[in-house]
Amino acid sequence: MDCTNAQTLLDGYLDGELDPVRNLEIEEHLHGCTRCSLSYSDRQVIRGGLKTESLYFKAPADLQKRIQRSVRQAAKAEAPTRWLSWSWLRVAAPLAAAALVVLMLVPFFGGPSSDELLTQDVVASHIRSLMVNHLADVRSTDEHTVKPWFNGKLDFSPPVSDLAKQGFPLIGGRLDYLNNRPVAALVYQRDKHVINVFVWPPNRTRQTSESITKQQGYNVIRWTRSGMNFWTVSDLERSQLEKFVELLNASKVSSTG
Amino acid sequence: MGGKDKLERFEQAILPHLNAAFNLARWLTRNEHDAQDMVQEASLRAFKFFDGFHGVDGRAWLLTTVRNTCYTWLEQNRCSRVTTSFDEEIHTVEEDALNPSALALKTSDMEMLKESLEELPDEFREVIVLRDLEELSYKQIAEVINAPLGTVMSRLARARARLKGILCSRLKEKP
Repeated sequence: MDCTNAQTLLDGYLDGELDPVRNLEIEEHLHGCTRCSLSYSDRQVIRGGLKTESLYFKAPADLQKRIQRSVRQAAKAEAPTRWLSWSWLRVAAPLAAAALVVLMLVPFFGGPSSDELLTQDVVASHIRSLMVNHLADVRSTDEHTVKPWFNGKLDFSPPVSDLAKQGFPLIGGRLDYLNNRPVAALVYQRDKHVINVFVWPPNRTRQTSESITKQQGYNVIRWTRSGMNFWTVSDLERSQLEKFVELLNASKVSSTG
Repeated sequence: MGGKDKLERFEQAILPHLNAAFNLARWLTRNEHDAQDMVQEASLRAFKFFDGFHGVDGRAWLLTTVRNTCYTWLEQNRCSRVTTSFDEEIHTVEEDALNPSALALKTSDMEMLKESLEELPDEFREVIVLRDLEELSYKQIAEVINAPLGTVMSRLARARARLKGILCSRLKEKP
């Protein structure tokens, strides 16, 4: 390697950005060439000087706080459109469309009944909530935080009660879409098992008795109470889920606020 | 993407790099006050476009935004600034004229080193700041200044040669 080549590669060598072969060539050249090795040690001296702390300007402490504040404000300004955001519609719209098409075709083909379809939807919603890290929009074990969160997002107020003392702690709530309408989804936990409870007011006030089905390994229980449809789904074993429903119905539900 | 998730992710991925952002802005604007404004503006801009960030390198991403913000500002304030001219074409081997030197820098010369670095054209100063102060790899620098890898290497070589030239002449002037 000659001096011209060595000079062009000296910086890459200094920065450890050369391949091993070039590295060796440069090292050989530096051993034999005083001029280039002086030039190299000059670079080292300057770099050593640049690395002193006095040349690195750290952000003032209050700048960090100021930025954090203004970014949070910007986030707040973006937030209100959230539950109607495109990403949400992107998921909900095709689902709704698909559900509609299927429902329209049902009478002609004698396919699954609307209850069976709804059961499928409920199970699918449950699975989706576990898959895409979207279990809860509002994460709280406090019923007085979760319940008000639905205000303004739904045209009804779902009953919310925490069952932590009975071994089924409330984790949070989120909006979901079932039966062609937005519904409240309440999330509970039993050990490692997640329980989703979907709540919405029925179109017709038709009292349905409790019914239990099993689909894809999930237990689904549905019932109506105080003018609301309840569907709960979990991989919890049947007797446990039944106990949960019993506790939920017995709890002093703060359905009036 | 939800507002809250976005904020959380932003605070985790980007905010830890405010020191790096400020250091670059401080060297490009060459004053404390404007540097603060640049970082604040760049952070908000980064947040606004955060949905476009899919990488893992939050520091390089923030630095890119800071750099762009600073360059817009520099263009508006160009006339009031004094630097030596930026000339990509100067050949590195020219620095041979300065040899032999085996430079020695004392702690007392740090102020002089700072002034010499400030005297460099922005395009040279920024690669030295990114490499020697921020310790970014050539690849990261290429991303931040939006230039090919080869340009990073040659610009860095020229920048250092120029810095050495300024430094040597200042050291000679020193009584």
